[in-house]
Amino acid sequence: MQGILDTLRGGVGLILGLILLLLLIATFISELVPKLRGRAGSPELISRVRAWWVMAGLFVLAVLVGKRVGIAFIMFLSYLALKEYLSLIPQRSADRKVLLWAYLAIPLQYLWVFTGRYGMFIIIVPVYLFLLLPFRLMLTGITQNFLRASSTLHWGLMMTVFCLGHLAYLLVLPPLHPAGGVGLLLYVVLVTQFNDVAQYVSGKSFGKHKIVPQVSPGKTWEGFIGGLICTAVLAVVIAPVITPLSVWEALILGLLLPAVGFIGDVTMSAVKRDLGVKDASSLIPGHGGILDRVDSLMFTAPVFFHFIYYFVYGPYR
Amino acid sequence: MPDSDSAGPHPWLRPLFFAAVVRPALLLGFGLGVRHRERLPQTGPAIMVANHNSHLDTLLLLSLFRLGALRTVRPAAAADYFGKSGAVRWITQNLIGAILIERHAEGGRRADPLAPLSAALLRGEIVLLFPEGTRGKPEVREAFKTGLAHLSRRHPEVPVIPVALRGLGHALPKGEWIPVPLNLYAAIGEAVESDPKNKQAFTRAVEAAIDALDAELPTAVWD
Repeated sequence: MQGILDTLRGGVGLILGLILLLLLIATFISELVPKLRGRAGSPELISRVRAWWVMAGLFVLAVLVGKRVGIAFIMFLSYLALKEYLSLIPQRSADRKVLLWAYLAIPLQYLWVFTGRYGMFIIIVPVYLFLLLPFRLMLTGITQNFLRASSTLHWGLMMTVFCLGHLAYLLVLPPLHPAGGVGLLLYVVLVTQFNDVAQYVSGKSFGKHKIVPQVSPGKTWEGFIGGLICTAVLAVVIAPVITPLSVWEALILGLLLPAVGFIGDVTMSAVKRDLGVKDASSLIPGHGGILDRVDSLMFTAPVFFHFIYYFVYGPYR
Repeated sequence: MPDSDSAGPHPWLRPLFFAAVVRPALLLGFGLGVRHRERLPQTGPAIMVANHNSHLDTLLLLSLFRLGALRTVRPAAAADYFGKSGAVRWITQNLIGAILIERHAEGGRRADPLAPLSAALLRGEIVLLFPEGTRGKPEVREAFKTGLAHLSRRHPEVPVIPVALRGLGHALPKGEWIPVPLNLYAAIGEAVESDPKNKQAFTRAVEAAIDALDAELPTAVWD
């Protein structure tokens, strides 16, 4: 309990209030406004906003309880995302057992997060598993589609375990601000998800010129720029509350993260198009699967992490 | 044995088992994708037929029902396989709520193997059948045996609802003990018209319905 109170001080409480306010505004628009006008709200929008409540609630609860629970929560997200990915990609039936080795990458990666071993954390998936898993695939003795199997497997691990894992490592960075690692984690998740919504809303309102019509026809320049402006404002305003970022650093991140988030979003769209599915699964009502929700986060997490690790933590390392 | 069947599964251990063990394990260990859940029968009598890949198929099918409706849902299980030892038999009957069927003749003469299923339908229960009779090769549907057609001929008014299952053939195929976490899929179909006159045509129609449902489910295999 004392730990939670300590976390709430140092700006985190203020940001949680902001998240609550955003959720209330969203619920007001999705449920109360149609009711006041005597119409039925869009069931798609209602289930979307309700799922936001659940997701935000679970996330906030996990990071507030403590560092260990926070890391375990993100580890569980990695598991759900990897499971969804492995369920979607084409498989060779001979590789069934190799998938278990791929799952073992999750506890291994998060062990280095938990113990704060940056060197191992940054190298285990991109180097050691990159070498080990093709070796294990070779032991099946089947060479047909070998390259496809090892590439798709490693791509999934990089996305769901390595990239998402950066979120957890924020929690073990030494604190340079009273909000500590929780502040950094809240910052990147709030900015990324806010940008997703802001891009969607401004795209729906003003969208005209498509950016990548073959991959994601819903994405427009108007949506992208509208989201970028809103997100940059949010990123600069909340930065001093929960992060050690200077105004300039916050402004750069406010412009960088929406762009990177957009790239993550459309890259995962390309993957889903290749696999011939619209959503990765139907786990989250109105949103699709875990991969649909964390697509932008898988790209913003490492970029945000390495930005602050180099520019903010650089002098202190 | 008809007595033990009509007594049915354990009244509260079975819902508890599904709420506390089966559902969380299926959801977190594998993950479920269900198409046309609204077609699931809410009340019996009904016959649900599905393709068979794994022992977990039965648990997967049962977990689709609301806990309240679970009471009347009875899978058919082979007595020679699940009725042998005491512990397996107890679990099969009380936790799974299965009706044990004698597949093979004993000493030349055999009693009507479908009689316990008929009795269940007359009691207004929902019977789950795997007409392949065996799990067979992973993710490959074998030809259906005629038991289903015989049962449907006796109860032409009872709806026969086809279900396609996918995923368990990869996640936990026959002969494997370690499950691999992968999403499982189920697609529920519209009732197939009973055809008391032509058993073969009816069986083919159910097979075709399940194949059509199966085509709706995501597939991704290179070999």
